[in-house]
Amino acid sequence: MADSDCVVIMGANMAENHPVGFRFVMKAKERGATIIHIDPRFSRTSALSDVHVPLRAGSDLVFLGALINYTLKHHKYFKDYVVHYTNAPVIINDDYRDTEELGGLFSGYVEKERRYDAETWRYAGQPVHSGAEQHASEDFQTREGVAGQDDATKQQTDPTLQDPRCVFQIVARHYARYTPDMVEQSCGVPRELFLKVAEAITSNSGRDRTTSFAYAVAWTQHTTGTQIIGACALLQLLLGNIGRPGGGILALRGHATIQGSTDIPTLYNLLPGYIPMPSRPVQSHATLDGFIREEKLETGIWHDLPKYLVSLLKAWYGAAAQPDNDFCYDLVPKIEADHSFQAMLLMMKDGIMKGLFCMGQNPAVGGQNSILGRQALANLDWLVVRDVHEIETAAFWYDAPEARRGDIRPTEVKTEIFFLPAAISAEKEGSYTNTQRLVQWHDKGVEPSGDCRSEATFLYDLGKRLKELYRDDDGPRGRQINAVTWDYPTKGPFGEIDLEAVVKEMNGYTVVDRRPVTGYAELTDDGSTACGCWIYSGIMPEEGRNLARARSGDDRAALDWGFAWPGNCRLLYNRASADPDGRPWSERKKWVWWDGEQRHWTGHDVPDFPTTKPPDYRPPPGAKGLAAHAGDAPFVRLADGKGALFVSAGLKDGPLPTHYEPWESPVSNLLYPEQSRSPVALSFPRPDNRYHEPADLRFPYVLTTYRLTEHHCAGGMSRWVPWLAELQPEGFVEISPELAGELGIDNGDWVTVSTLRGQIETRAMVTARIQPLRIDGKTLHQVGMPWHFGFGGLAAGAIANDLIALVEDPNSRIHQAKALTCNLERGREPKAGRRGTGGEGRGMHPSRDDGA
Amino acid sequence: MRELDPANGSIGPESSAANTGARRGALGFVTDVTLCIGCKACEVACKQWNDLPMDDLGLTGHSYDNTNDLGATTWRHVAFVEQFGQGRGSQSMSNAPGSNWLMLSDVCKHCVNAGCLEACPTGAIIRTEFDTVVIQQDICNGCGYCLPACPFGVPALSQTDGKAHKCTLCYDRLKDGLEPACAKACPTDSIQFGPIAELMPRARKRVTTLRERGVESAYIYGDRAVGGTGGISGLNAFFVLIDAPEVYNLPNMPELPQRKTMASYLTTIGTAVACGVATYLTLRNR
Repeated sequence: MADSDCVVIMGANMAENHPVGFRFVMKAKERGATIIHIDPRFSRTSALSDVHVPLRAGSDLVFLGALINYTLKHHKYFKDYVVHYTNAPVIINDDYRDTEELGGLFSGYVEKERRYDAETWRYAGQPVHSGAEQHASEDFQTREGVAGQDDATKQQTDPTLQDPRCVFQIVARHYARYTPDMVEQSCGVPRELFLKVAEAITSNSGRDRTTSFAYAVAWTQHTTGTQIIGACALLQLLLGNIGRPGGGILALRGHATIQGSTDIPTLYNLLPGYIPMPSRPVQSHATLDGFIREEKLETGIWHDLPKYLVSLLKAWYGAAAQPDNDFCYDLVPKIEADHSFQAMLLMMKDGIMKGLFCMGQNPAVGGQNSILGRQALANLDWLVVRDVHEIETAAFWYDAPEARRGDIRPTEVKTEIFFLPAAISAEKEGSYTNTQRLVQWHDKGVEPSGDCRSEATFLYDLGKRLKELYRDDDGPRGRQINAVTWDYPTKGPFGEIDLEAVVKEMNGYTVVDRRPVTGYAELTDDGSTACGCWIYSGIMPEEGRNLARARSGDDRAALDWGFAWPGNCRLLYNRASADPDGRPWSERKKWVWWDGEQRHWTGHDVPDFPTTKPPDYRPPPGAKGLAAHAGDAPFVRLADGKGALFVSAGLKDGPLPTHYEPWESPVSNLLYPEQSRSPVALSFPRPDNRYHEPADLRFPYVLTTYRLTEHHCAGGMSRWVPWLAELQPEGFVEISPELAGELGIDNGDWVTVSTLRGQIETRAMVTARIQPLRIDGKTLHQVGMPWHFGFGGLAAGAIANDLIALVEDPNSRIHQAKALTCNLERGREPKAGRRGTGGEGRGMHPSRDDGA
Repeated sequence: MRELDPANGSIGPESSAANTGARRGALGFVTDVTLCIGCKACEVACKQWNDLPMDDLGLTGHSYDNTNDLGATTWRHVAFVEQFGQGRGSQSMSNAPGSNWLMLSDVCKHCVNAGCLEACPTGAIIRTEFDTVVIQQDICNGCGYCLPACPFGVPALSQTDGKAHKCTLCYDRLKDGLEPACAKACPTDSIQFGPIAELMPRARKRVTTLRERGVESAYIYGDRAVGGTGGISGLNAFFVLIDAPEVYNLPNMPELPQRKTMASYLTTIGTAVACGVATYLTLRNR
């Protein structure tokens, strides 16, 4: 990012929530870069940016679509890059129909099931794929790398980009109505301001300049989150900003090692390293061969899926995993249905799920529709909470607003709660993986006090006890537990697991001598190697040398600081930083290039490309794996090696990002009046999770939720800490002076915020940092609430998530908390009165308590 | 990263020291508001290192500022000033720092001539070998004379032990060659620590750069070369600001109260003499 000429922060509040990463934005700024912040609120990020663009929460895709349209219309795209490195020239199937033709729907919509059949989105001449691409659109699987066609040589293309059926022309038509005027009407952003931003981005992209985008969960947490991010990817590909220094799309991550938690996943539908989780409803997944047949891609890096998977099974099941028993593939749990977080809440509430381990999470505050969430917790048989403080999830049964009100009686909550003390980060060793896929190791600072232990130690101990318990059990469960290798060395006064042994397992080793492999290229599918997470392979290239410990930085790629997967490469797809012939696009943006004399790729970074494959390499017919990619196909993880402007398979809501209004929106969809909401968003309409219809007059304001620098997520690690609690001691809602004037609210007054899920009372923070917008000719007010607060801790406040609905993006199954509608009234919540929801107002204007 | 090298810190080049008006070996801070992101990491790092309790003021309603001011238990304080409708910065796309939401991490200025030190009757307040000003807690008797003597309102009496407290510029860390906790924690180097002889030229260069980039209003608050320091002779913790000092709750023309004592003293004597003479004359007439 420090190399960027323009940084666009949208869907993120980087200065507040990623302040350490923000230092690189400041570096770029000091070097003359333009910093643009596009966000409903003027936040601390806006304060440091050159321009702040306030827009209506939930209208991001209109804005991005208009940027795409502007880029194409004014010929600002990077033509050489687009023609060679993206699927812009590819001809699409004749049957494909765009949302422009079908009133907001793509072809293939199955109305009864509210899903798409992706068949018509295929590349022309491509057969119906029987495997990954097809079923990705049918069930809860998501799959990376399936876009495109197996064999790039069989693609029909038009390098002149003129064919009306080529991706480039389809994209141009799709976004033709995303105009500056539409931005003004739908986003509330003045036309001139939009044009200023568009000009800044496009003039800072090309051979000699690059623009980067940074986003966080304010793009993710929408029913169209994946598509918003996809629109940015499309734009950045058109501008030639992917795989180049100072370019890219940075998913700001790192809180609670979120990147690491998806790499070595806590997600229910993935195995380590983004291998799909076997699933019961997919028949072919019943056997290892069937799974591989289904999921393996013939071309690109996923051709080696069998090696990654078999090595994983060897790491998990050790000697028990043999070729003749399919390496214990049958012991891997299979997905039965949707087991994502929100589905889990409903299963708990409905009595299907009986127990819950809760570690590093505080769903009573952080879960969506948390009123329903707490009812779900109260319906469990048992609940284990491991945390550093007695968080709301452990205390809900006697301390939640509903318990204080008397709506639930502690004596009647049947859940047996085990509250176990946890060690905090300084009391344990381990690693964090951040935005850049950079794994950084940290040692233990002090021994944990009392009975506090790390999660790893707890889980290791639990595993050993389970093994003891099931030692003589021959049933399916016993076989699973007994087969798992569970023999890590321990150390220290508490016999804690040596986590570097886990790093070695993730790195992979040859089974016969347990010697670490140097990278995933060494993995095999015959059981001679074991590897816990193929993408992390190379992190410990020799015994005891943990590269995540490396701490030698420099101003370039800093290859000797930590370890970035894959293979310590810092910039994914960095082959794209050179032109098709392998020369840097420009001296200023030099990163990785082809050395014609030495016949290999070289540069500042580890090439994310086969090191000796020359730029003029052309695959022979029938080539497999990476050999099927030409020497100018930088996107090695995609089937055809090309950046996908048009995503022909793998997404559940269409091949091109399309604007749909939030599930609850104060306005209808100006672009597709017939199709206001996403046609495939996942909703859970039920009495305890009711929704507002679009433009429901009872809920006239846009509500967005956000975080503050001073607190961390649901507050478990910050609201109990005096030094942090005093800095943001109480919940509040930010409202504009105009709305405050309309409703007669003064700064610091109690207000009640409500949706159909619930109502909460909190303090008003009246600030000009929130501005009313003109949307479609009318004034629209937005309000914002931090969602950190709960009834426990030193910094307490109403739970913003009590207002949020369970409704999901069909790809990611992420909820929509960044744009919904609410009502807001002056005064405290009726009846709740002084019992309140935690915020008893120790400070501001005590005389103003209305106490209604 | 910027660990203090005591050798470097104490032997600044004589000429540059003369330029900046710093005493030999003087250490201090420059706090650059154009780099501050208002994260308050300095406040937290300060309280953690110095083991200071929370102020617990509750929600103040003053923007994102809930600690209000420097005090006995808050030695770094980030002020938030919202200035909307006044047209600065953020819509201009000018690459000029500065916006409608100003943030400043305030701290004890460790004055070159410190009012608190001069007023302290017990000798509790000393000037250290680093040219910083420290209140020795075992000597302070809590008389509070230092409070009105500080033109910046920095020292404050603790409600717990009754003594005066303020920033020590992490004297204990300096002794061990570490930079102060706040500077260490600052993610954007808005707070920079080092020898004044190095910091001052760096800050002057920064102001020049800022002005070149269109921030005409940038200046150093606490540069003795600028004057107007009312006997203080410069600050060892100085600031790069882009608006009037009052906007940041800093005095425009800070002055040592002691400077006023001579006039008061002479007036008092004059008045006493006049009264005496008048009394004498009155009584003589009887």
